[in-house]
Amino acid sequence: MSRKPYVREVSKTTWFLSQPRYKRYMAREVTCVFILIYTFLLICALGALAKGPDAFQAFLHALRGPLGVLFNLAALVATVYHSMSWFDVTPQAMPIQRGEEFVPGNVIVGAHYGAWAVVSLIILIWGI
Amino acid sequence: MAKSNKPIFWGLFAAGGTVTAFVTPVLVLLTLFAAMGFSPDLFTYEALRGFAAHWLGKLIILGVIVLSLWHAAHRLRVTVHDFGVRADAVVAYVVYGIAGLGTLMTIVYLLRI
Amino acid sequence: MSEERQIQLEVLRYNPETDSQPRYQTYTVPCVNEWVVLDALNYVKENLDPTLSYRWSCHMAVCGSCGYMINGEPKLGCKAFIHEYGDHIRVEPLANFPIERDLVTVVEDFIAKLASVKPYLIPKEDKPISAGEFRQTPAELKKYKQYTLCINCMLCYAACPQYGLVPEFLGPAAISMAHRYNQDSRDGGRDQRQEVVATDEGVWECSFVGACSEVCPKHVDPAGALQQVKVASTIDWYKEHLMPWVKK
Repeated sequence: MSRKPYVREVSKTTWFLSQPRYKRYMAREVTCVFILIYTFLLICALGALAKGPDAFQAFLHALRGPLGVLFNLAALVATVYHSMSWFDVTPQAMPIQRGEEFVPGNVIVGAHYGAWAVVSLIILIWGI
Repeated sequence: MAKSNKPIFWGLFAAGGTVTAFVTPVLVLLTLFAAMGFSPDLFTYEALRGFAAHWLGKLIILGVIVLSLWHAAHRLRVTVHDFGVRADAVVAYVVYGIAGLGTLMTIVYLLRI
Repeated sequence: MSEERQIQLEVLRYNPETDSQPRYQTYTVPCVNEWVVLDALNYVKENLDPTLSYRWSCHMAVCGSCGYMINGEPKLGCKAFIHEYGDHIRVEPLANFPIERDLVTVVEDFIAKLASVKPYLIPKEDKPISAGEFRQTPAELKKYKQYTLCINCMLCYAACPQYGLVPEFLGPAAISMAHRYNQDSRDGGRDQRQEVVATDEGVWECSFVGACSEVCPKHVDPAGALQQVKVASTIDWYKEHLMPWVKK
């Protein structure tokens, strides 16, 4: 009996288009691009802050305009998607066993969303 | 098979992912307001400068920015691989190099405040 | 009187002795509504085409034999109910595995990887039988119980895109099995398993897509196991490199 196994090739570049769950995964992964660019935006703000009030005003001024609005809007969508996808998997990555039972997943996730709301409110109020 | 050195980057990725999950969206919201021209009193120079001048403020700024950098860099390394690029060693040097550059810039700017 | 439906069963065939590549063959199967896809395959084999080859055994989702791609989704043939599908069902061998013949895949790689993580109790010290049994509290049992439920059906490997892209990847089931023993209070073999698990082709190839847990028919949650292994391995790494004087 002769064996001749057949290997089905998987595309290295388009594999994620074949299933909705893979597309969602790639969307989650791609949020890092926005976070990276945004963090450098923060570094620029820090640099302007270090330089002086005129440099900082120039930075705020440069933020304005369609490009600034569009990027921040896109970054907002991306970072929110990152947060939600991060919190949702926390029970899987860090299960908490209390006695015999595990803390229910939705309690862990709920606590994260709650803390997220509190932290965001604090920073928002401080910022405005 | 040799043990991987990925843990050090993954640890930073995980810490950074947690920090960015909690604080980055609201920060983006604030810069979105600034970009839209809302409230010229937003981000008063003096308040921000005062925050960054304090050692605790410096620590917080350093922590948030540096962890965000290394989180994004590691995820970018994996994402580039997911898009089909196989030169992982080169990609690693590039992304971690970018994170390192950002880290350096942050430290330098913080020391000037 | 059970309802019957004519189902077009489109099956990927491959005969290594005569075919240069796989091809689809469609069978018209009169399906009773309570049937599963495995029943439809059995009907084909018994009545239409005895040459159709596929693995199956228990028909009750405990043996792990009948994994196929059903309409592009990794599923157990005995758990894929006909009433969940329309009139056309496509059945293919599990993805990311070479095709041996028809729906039969080559599983040697998976078996080797499973064996490589030493999926058996390695006691902390030698204990003669006269010393008595290992004792374990219900809480200690609960810590690893979930991961014992794996039936080695390989649906997780078919779902995992990293396994598809990087065939060297140790994979969800094997690493979950290592985790099952690492979490067992009776076991002391974690260091030995880390030799295989804490490598680039081990747990570090995983990027937490999570597809494995979504398709697992026994709700083992391999994705969770792998993330827990990453956390433990990272703590290990820091201990080793920052506190080398601490004995493991």
